[in-house]
Amino acid sequence: MKKLMLGNEAVARGAYEAGVTVATAYPGTPSTEITENIAKYDEIYSEWSPNEKVALEVAIGASIAGARAICSMKHVGLNVAADPLFTVSYTGVNGGLVIVVADDPGMHSSQNEQDSRHYARAAKVPMLEPADSQECKDFVKEAYKISETFDTPVIIRLTTRIAHSRSLVEVSEKENYALKDYKKDFNKYVMMPAMARKRHVIVEKRIDDLKDFADKTNLNRIEWGSKEIGIITSGIAYQYSKEALGENASYLKLGMVYPLPVELIKKFASEVKTLYVIEELEPFIEDLAKKEGIKVIGKELFPLVGELSANLIREKILGINENSTNEINMPIPTRPPVLCPGCPHRGVFYVLKKLKLTVTGDIGCYTLGALPPLESMDTCVCMGASIGMAHGFEKARAREFGKKTVAVIGDSTFIHSGITGLIDIVYNKGNSTVIILDNSITGMTGHQHNPCSGFTIKNEPTKQVDLEKLAYAIGIERVKIVDTYNLKELESVIREEIAAEEPSLIIAQRPCALLKNVKFKGPLRINREKCKLCKICMRIACPAIVDNGSYIEVNEALCVGCDLCTKVCNFNAFERVGDNND
Amino acid sequence: MTNLSIMIVGVGGQGSLLASKMIGTVAMKKNFDVKVSEVHGMSQRGGSVVTYVRLGEKINSPLIEQNSADIIMAFEKLEALRWIKYLKEDGKLIINDQRIDPMPVITGKEKYPEGIIEFLKSKYKDNVISIDALKVAKELGNLRVVNMVLIGILASKTSIEKEVWLEALREVLPAKLQSVNEKAFEIGYNFAVK
Ligand SMILES: Cc1ncc(C[n+]2csc(CCOP(=O)(O)OP(=O)(O)O)c2C)c(N)n1
Repeated sequence: MKKLMLGNEAVARGAYEAGVTVATAYPGTPSTEITENIAKYDEIYSEWSPNEKVALEVAIGASIAGARAICSMKHVGLNVAADPLFTVSYTGVNGGLVIVVADDPGMHSSQNEQDSRHYARAAKVPMLEPADSQECKDFVKEAYKISETFDTPVIIRLTTRIAHSRSLVEVSEKENYALKDYKKDFNKYVMMPAMARKRHVIVEKRIDDLKDFADKTNLNRIEWGSKEIGIITSGIAYQYSKEALGENASYLKLGMVYPLPVELIKKFASEVKTLYVIEELEPFIEDLAKKEGIKVIGKELFPLVGELSANLIREKILGINENSTNEINMPIPTRPPVLCPGCPHRGVFYVLKKLKLTVTGDIGCYTLGALPPLESMDTCVCMGASIGMAHGFEKARAREFGKKTVAVIGDSTFIHSGITGLIDIVYNKGNSTVIILDNSITGMTGHQHNPCSGFTIKNEPTKQVDLEKLAYAIGIERVKIVDTYNLKELESVIREEIAAEEPSLIIAQRPCALLKNVKFKGPLRINREKCKLCKICMRIACPAIVDNGSYIEVNEALCVGCDLCTKVCNFNAFERVGDNND
Repeated sequence: MTNLSIMIVGVGGQGSLLASKMIGTVAMKKNFDVKVSEVHGMSQRGGSVVTYVRLGEKINSPLIEQNSADIIMAFEKLEALRWIKYLKEDGKLIINDQRIDPMPVITGKEKYPEGIIEFLKSKYKDNVISIDALKVAKELGNLRVVNMVLIGILASKTSIEKEVWLEALREVLPAKLQSVNEKAFEIGYNFAVK
C-alpha cells in the first residue's frame, strides 16, 4: 500500500518496520516530526529527552543492551551530542544504532548552516542521505543492517526539503527483531585509554571495510543519460539536478555520503565528458573526490551558502537564465515572524525594553523579542547560552553593568542546557538575574512536552521539575514567580532583582496562547472616542493592533482577547466586541 | 496529464495543511506521483509561508521554480503579490481578499501597498480570481471553512473531476465537519465556473 508521507514520518515508519524499540530525541526543526510520529507506535518506547546528549546516551544504552535504537535531532543538536558520538564510534553497538540528523540549508529555522556530513568523517561513522520519503524509510532499514554488520552507529542525514516534503511511500510489515543478548564486555564498552587504543585500530579497519562496501552497495547508483555531462550528487540536490537536466546528463546518485565509493566515482568520471559535483553547503563530496585526484567542478559554480534550486543548476550548467517575467515594481513589505497574539512572552519584552536593560537571549519563540519594535534582546548564540553570557557580561564590565543585564531563557531551553550556567553563576559568585519564560511547553518547535510541562511524549502525566526548589537547591536564595500578564508586578520584580547583590531567578509564568486548554474572552476593538492616539499600545508589538495613520484599529480576525493592551492603555479605549454598546 | 504545480501562500497560522492534504489525496486517487513541500518551524509564527504541491507522471523536485506555478492560491493579498514571480504565463491566481499587516507595516517602517487586487487584475486579467472568503465563511457560520472556499475555486481550475475532490474532502475531514465544508467547497467551486 502506498501512503503520502512526510520524510520525517517515513523515517519513523522505517524505524517501526526495522523493529526499533527505543527512540529518543530532543525536538528541533526540521527533525521534530520523526519522534512525534514514532510516539504513535505503541511497540516503541519513545521519549523527549532533556537534550540531545542525553537522548543519544539513552539510545546508546538501549543499543548496547541489545535493542535497535534510534536517536533524532537537528544539526546543531549533534554539537550537543558530539561527545557521546565520538566515543560510541569506538565502542560500536550491540543492537543497531541509528542517529538521524536534520540539516537546515537556507536556515529556515536555525541559527547556523553547519553541514553535518563533517561529523560523519570526524567521528568515522558511516552516513546515508535519502532523496525522498521512500528512501527515508528504506535507508533507515538499511542503516540497521550496516550498523549490525559493521558494528558501528550509522548517521542518516536529512535536510529541510527532505524532512518536510511529502512523497509516496510503499509501506510494509514490521520485522520481528529479537533483542540481542547482552554480554558484559569490558574491552568493548569501557573506553579507558588502554581499551580505547585497541578500539581505535578497529575503527580504522572498519572505515576501510565500509569503503569497500560503499563501492558495492546499491545505495549508490549510476543513472545513465547523456555522457556529455556527469553529475555526482545526493539528497535533495539529486532531485534538483534531475529536474534541471533530465536526460541531458548522467548521474551518480550517492545514498551513502560517507565513506565515499572511490572506485565507483573513478569509473563514472572516466565515462563522462565534464564532471560536476552538485551538493548543498560544503564541498564535502568535491573535496574527497579531488583528494583522489578526480577532476570535478563544484563550488567554483555553486554557492557555499543557502539552498540550491533547479533553476540555479540550469543556469550554471546549461547557461539558461530564467528570470521571472512577472517582476513587479511595487515595494513589497517583508513579513518576518512575530510573537503570536496572546503570547505570554510579549509582556516581558515590553517591560525589558521599558527598563532599557541589556538582555542576553536564548533560543525559542521568545527570540522573536529581538525583532523591532520590541528589540529587547542583545544576543542569541545557542541553547542555554543566555545564562553563561550574562555572567560573562558582568565579569567583563563589572557589577554596575551587571545590574542592567538580565538573561532570558525558555523553560525547555533552561532544562536543555541552562541549569549548568545557573550553577556557574552561583558557584562563581555572580549576581546575575535570570528570567525563565515558563510557558509550560516547548513552543517554537510546535508544542512538545518537556520536564517542566508535567507530561511525557505520550501525554502521560509525570513528575514536573519544580524550578523554584531547583533554584534553592543550587544555592539561589532569591526566587520570584510572576504572571507575565501582570505588567506592573513584572516591572517591580525585575527592578528589585537586578538591584540585588546576589544571583536571582524570576520564573515568569503563563501558558502558551496556542495551547488547547488556554481560553480567551474573544476579540477587542478600539473605541475611537476614547482613544487619544498616544500609541502606547503599539509598543507591545501585537500583530492585531494596527496603526491606520489617522486611527488605531484592532484586527478582529487576529485578536484573541489576551487584554495585554488594556493594561498599557491609559484611556480604557479597548473594549470587547459584542459587549453592551452594539 | 502534464505536471500540475500548485503553490499555497499565506501567513503562518492561516493553515495550509488542509489544502495540501486534500490535493495530495486527490493525486493518489488519480494514481499520480505527488510531492508536497511544507513549512514547519520559525516562519509558522506569523511569517510568510509557502507550500508547494506538484503532481503528475513522475515528480522530481518538490519545489516549484519561478515562472512555473500553474495555480497560486493566496490566503492573503500581500502574499499573492510576494509570490507572483512564481506564476507561469497564463497561470491562475486565486486570492482571498484579506489583509494581514506584517510587523514592519504595523510599526510604520514599511507600507502595505494599496489596490493589490486591482493591480493584479489589470495585469493578469481573467487569470485572477478574488473572493472575500472570510465573508462567505461567516455566512456559513463557521470561520474555519475559509480555506475550503478557496480550495473549491482551486478545484474548479483543474481538470480533475469534482467528485474526486469531494471524495478527498470526506477522507481528510471528520464526519461532523463534512457538511459545512462541502457547502463551502461548492460555493467556491461555482464561484468562478461562470
Ligand atoms: C541544540 C539545539 N537543539 C534544538 C534546537 C531547536 N529549538 C530551538 S528553540 C527550541 C525550544 C524552545 O522551547 P522553550 O525554551 O520552552 O521556549 P518557547 O519556544 O516555548 O518560547 C528548540 C527545541 C536548537 N536550536 N538547538
